[in-house]
Amino acid sequence: MSDAHSSPYLAHHFDDMEQQSQAASLGMWIFLAQEIMFFGGLFCGYAVYRLKFPEAFSAGSYSLAIGWGCFNTVVLIGSSLTMALAVRSAQLGRKAGIIKWLVITMFLGCVFLGVKVVEYSAKFEHNMIPGRHFEFHDDGKFVVAGHGDHSAAVGHDEPVHAEAGEPADHHAAEAAHGEPTEHAEPAGEDNGHGIVEINQGEVELFVGFYFMMTGMHALHMVIGVGLIIWLLVLTAKNRFATEYYTPIEMFGLYWHFVDIVWIFLFPLLYLIGRH
Amino acid sequence: MNEFELFPEAASSFAGEVDLLYWFLTIVSVIFTVGIALALLYLGIRYRRKSEDEPAPEEIHGSNLLEIVWSVIPLILAFVMFFWGAHLFFKMRTVPADAMEILVTGKQWMWKLQHPNGKREINNLHVPLGQPVKCTMTSEDVIHSFYVPEFRVKQDVLPGRYTQLWFTPTKIGTYHLFCAEFCGTEHSRMGGKVYVMTPSDYESWLEGGADASLSPVEAGELLFTSLGCATCHHDGKNSQGPNLAGVFGTMQPLDSGGEILADENYIKDSMMNPQGQIVRGYPKVMPSFKGMVTDAQITQIIAYLKSIAGTEEADSTTDEETPESPESALLNDALEPDTTGQRYVRMEQ
Amino acid sequence: MSAPGVTANEVAPEERRIHYLNWATTVKSWLLTLDHKRICILYLCTITFYFLVGAVAATLFRIELMTPQGDFLSAEIYNKMFTMHGVAMIFFFLVPSIPATLGNFLIPLMIGAKDVAFPRLNLLTWYLFSIGSLFALFAIINGGVDTGWTFYTPYSSTYANGHVIAATFGVFVAGFASILTGLNFIVTVHKMRAPGMTWFRLPLFIWAAYATSIIMVLGTPVIAITMLLIIAERGLGIGIFDPALGGDPVLFQHLFWFYSHPAVYIMILPGFGVISEVIACFCRKRVFGYEFIAFSSLAIAIIGFFVWGHHLFVSSQSVYAGLIFSFLTFFVGVPTAIKIFNWVATLYKGSVSFETPMLYALGFIGLFTVGGLTGLYLSTLAIDIHLHDTYFVVAHFHYVMVGGMVLAFLSGLHFWWPKMTGRIYNETAAKFASVIVFIGFNLTFFPQFIVGYLGMPRRYYEYPEQWQLLQLLSSAGASVLGFGFLMVLCYLPFSLVFGKRAGPNPWRAKGLEWEETTSPPIAHNFVKDPIVTEEAYAYTKGSRHV
Repeated sequence: MSDAHSSPYLAHHFDDMEQQSQAASLGMWIFLAQEIMFFGGLFCGYAVYRLKFPEAFSAGSYSLAIGWGCFNTVVLIGSSLTMALAVRSAQLGRKAGIIKWLVITMFLGCVFLGVKVVEYSAKFEHNMIPGRHFEFHDDGKFVVAGHGDHSAAVGHDEPVHAEAGEPADHHAAEAAHGEPTEHAEPAGEDNGHGIVEINQGEVELFVGFYFMMTGMHALHMVIGVGLIIWLLVLTAKNRFATEYYTPIEMFGLYWHFVDIVWIFLFPLLYLIGRH
Repeated sequence: MNEFELFPEAASSFAGEVDLLYWFLTIVSVIFTVGIALALLYLGIRYRRKSEDEPAPEEIHGSNLLEIVWSVIPLILAFVMFFWGAHLFFKMRTVPADAMEILVTGKQWMWKLQHPNGKREINNLHVPLGQPVKCTMTSEDVIHSFYVPEFRVKQDVLPGRYTQLWFTPTKIGTYHLFCAEFCGTEHSRMGGKVYVMTPSDYESWLEGGADASLSPVEAGELLFTSLGCATCHHDGKNSQGPNLAGVFGTMQPLDSGGEILADENYIKDSMMNPQGQIVRGYPKVMPSFKGMVTDAQITQIIAYLKSIAGTEEADSTTDEETPESPESALLNDALEPDTTGQRYVRMEQ
Repeated sequence: MSAPGVTANEVAPEERRIHYLNWATTVKSWLLTLDHKRICILYLCTITFYFLVGAVAATLFRIELMTPQGDFLSAEIYNKMFTMHGVAMIFFFLVPSIPATLGNFLIPLMIGAKDVAFPRLNLLTWYLFSIGSLFALFAIINGGVDTGWTFYTPYSSTYANGHVIAATFGVFVAGFASILTGLNFIVTVHKMRAPGMTWFRLPLFIWAAYATSIIMVLGTPVIAITMLLIIAERGLGIGIFDPALGGDPVLFQHLFWFYSHPAVYIMILPGFGVISEVIACFCRKRVFGYEFIAFSSLAIAIIGFFVWGHHLFVSSQSVYAGLIFSFLTFFVGVPTAIKIFNWVATLYKGSVSFETPMLYALGFIGLFTVGGLTGLYLSTLAIDIHLHDTYFVVAHFHYVMVGGMVLAFLSGLHFWWPKMTGRIYNETAAKFASVIVFIGFNLTFFPQFIVGYLGMPRRYYEYPEQWQLLQLLSSAGASVLGFGFLMVLCYLPFSLVFGKRAGPNPWRAKGLEWEETTSPPIAHNFVKDPIVTEEAYAYTKGSRHV
């Protein structure tokens, strides 16, 4: 105990390194608990409306680029791995390793954010932004109720507005044939031709939640990337050692949490509605 | 002045039961409050410190028995309150099959009520004694709440949904109708009266309309108030609509440029399609009265307006502030919200 | 040679004593302080300011309410005034009050630590709070907000004119101050207790602060996201609460009250902690049923998360949900009642004295009992139908918040004033003010129970003439209450300059903050790290030092 007082890494108000490290750990876990409550509110709202408007939310799900979503999931899980390796390097006191793995984690984080930019731009292009100018594009499977042009929607050949760069999409194929999908009709306002009528306002609600939930998540990632830069600076300045690498470890917890939030977001937003 | 009362009148079948439960709660509360106050007084005096040097009191850690006693007793009392309240609540929420239905719409800042035979009222509700009445209610804009204290009933009125409340009036008289959920500037003035009448009086009221013995001008003046016109058209500060004294027969400047003669047709058009030709300098907030007034009533209103055409006299209700009802603009042109989230622009007052 | 535990500082001439207030006096040393005691003072100044903002608003609308007509303020200004009153008082005075001031000051001292676990985070919270409050102030100065502090949709999200976004964003930012303060306190209590300070030797103030911190951490994020949703709806037109787009306005109420109900426990639990400390000291006796009081704080914190629906009985919430929420609400009243009984029982065979902190504590017990019992009326479903959104609710929450919380805050402020400032205030003035406050408070708010049952809705600037007498009494009472508060705002600052200097333990109280530190404490709290060998409130054992 008393020799720990001489550690240069010990803050003045702590008695020893163990107390300091336990305090940091408990603090970060509590912080993550409140983050869960924060996202929880959003998830709750999403759940309420999902139950209320299953068809519209399904349509919304289909409008998301599942390919990109899968890709991002892999990227983020990978970045959690590299982050864990960074913590491992810190444990072993390997400065070069810390820097290498932190940089790779940051790179993967930026890739994720880049993909989000791509997805968001596709939405902007198609006016699928909640607000005055929101438009949901009928793609032959989902038809906005009351849309005059689509009252005789069967056989309508309007090509689907595939999201930029999306891999071959069965929607596009079906719309081109103007035929209903081979999927089972979802319960809903099916006009008898395998086409589901949905309310534009309700899809707008989905898209609003999509932006809020992924946007909030992306914000946390941006903050994370910023924090990695800070950690890189500290590492370069030799601020860490085998006896003290708490900020890296705590950041690791944060990064894993952000990953886990995505693991929930992805199925809720991209997967559930699909058949 | 008025006699001092502690309770509102009991004018519905619920009122007595609610008041009884209230008495029970009050008696329990008084017993506990007085008990605790007396205990503090007694113990404080009995054990007051007599000198600074007296030894510290003996250590008393607690008593599990006491803790149990004073947990269980309040719990029992609490459950009595809960069950009694829940039981009565169920009754209040179970609408009887033979209830007469009044359709109610709340909007900023008026109540529109419609009887089963189609007769409409604004801000007032006439009901027959002894007949269960259910109000099926919705809002055109924000959340309001329909509250009649003398009936002990209240229910929030929501946009996009229907909610219900019911009551059986048990006492002839005139009672308050209040809006009980904050809904904007004139929330405190969104209310009126509930008139409980004998069934036969109610029937005649239902068929009647204006009293036949009134002249058209008198009838028109009554309508001018009961339809809510006076709320906006008065000579007070910041009125939402122009003061109509001295207006009939004169040229009025229009918002869209030009002028118009305020004749019978313009008055009628203003009531049916208010946004069409609005006087310059006033906000586009007047609601339409299409379907709410008969042609005969329009004629009576015109007669009244003619009668005040030569005067600058203030209307009798001019002291009051006027409501803003900018949202009625929405009714007429289904606007989408603009990006600032504000659905209207206020005229500078 | 000084006796053990008495430091050189204490025997030094008073004018030369160095402590946390005077070791550095630059602005920078205050604005960049990491000392939990200085952060307490920073918060004290800020929350006092917002208390005054809320009080000015209240003064204006109480003047309006003296007459039944709307003749003093226009409707719109009136609505903005009660909104400003609620927002300032709740978010920028009551929620931070005891935790951020007394909590910050006392928690490390009471547990024998040199500071909280994360001192820099602590300072950050004050900045977050201040910045958040500036957004709200901006909203107020630039025309105000008239939605009520409850911001119900769709009025607030779509219809209201005014700076709703600024006000809600201010609440959002200040909420993080609350969350991080709670986080800091929880870690501090878990990890930084002095040797020998076991959980059941902790002062009850610590248990209360701990329970409060749990609520702050878990509840506040929900209001944070709710405020963001309002901002999104207003700013971007996302129709989450707008029925025209399929949204549900009642969803807002659920999200809002999910935090705001536990928030009332954030506001009152620390007050309970103060009362425990004051009663123990002024009866010179351990609080009766220590464990029950400790656990009841936790019970309130936990159960308090499950009762929010009692604000929605009339909202179109289902009858069955109403039953559950009503039932649970009655449940949460029981741990509170237990505290009251235990405090009263502490006087039995005690050695009771009636200095100002004790007067406020006794007043608290009486007034909070009334407030708590009237909460039972509102939990009773059939009664709430009649009383919801009437003045009865206004009276109820002022009894618990002002009669309860503010009185507890004043009790604590007066109790620890000598410790925090090293000065003693004028006891006569203080006692007199406490009586004025008590009388003024009851005169203000008791008539409101009556006029509420008579049917007067809240947030009304015009009302039927027959209720004028009651409103007049209420406004008269408010002026008396205001006078009492003003007195406090005078003699306390006065004592800073002219008050007698305090010794380390003027009340001869037990507790590390009294027995192991000077008044005011030195910057690092303790000269020697304390080691705890006895239970809390061990008055029979005498002082810890020879």
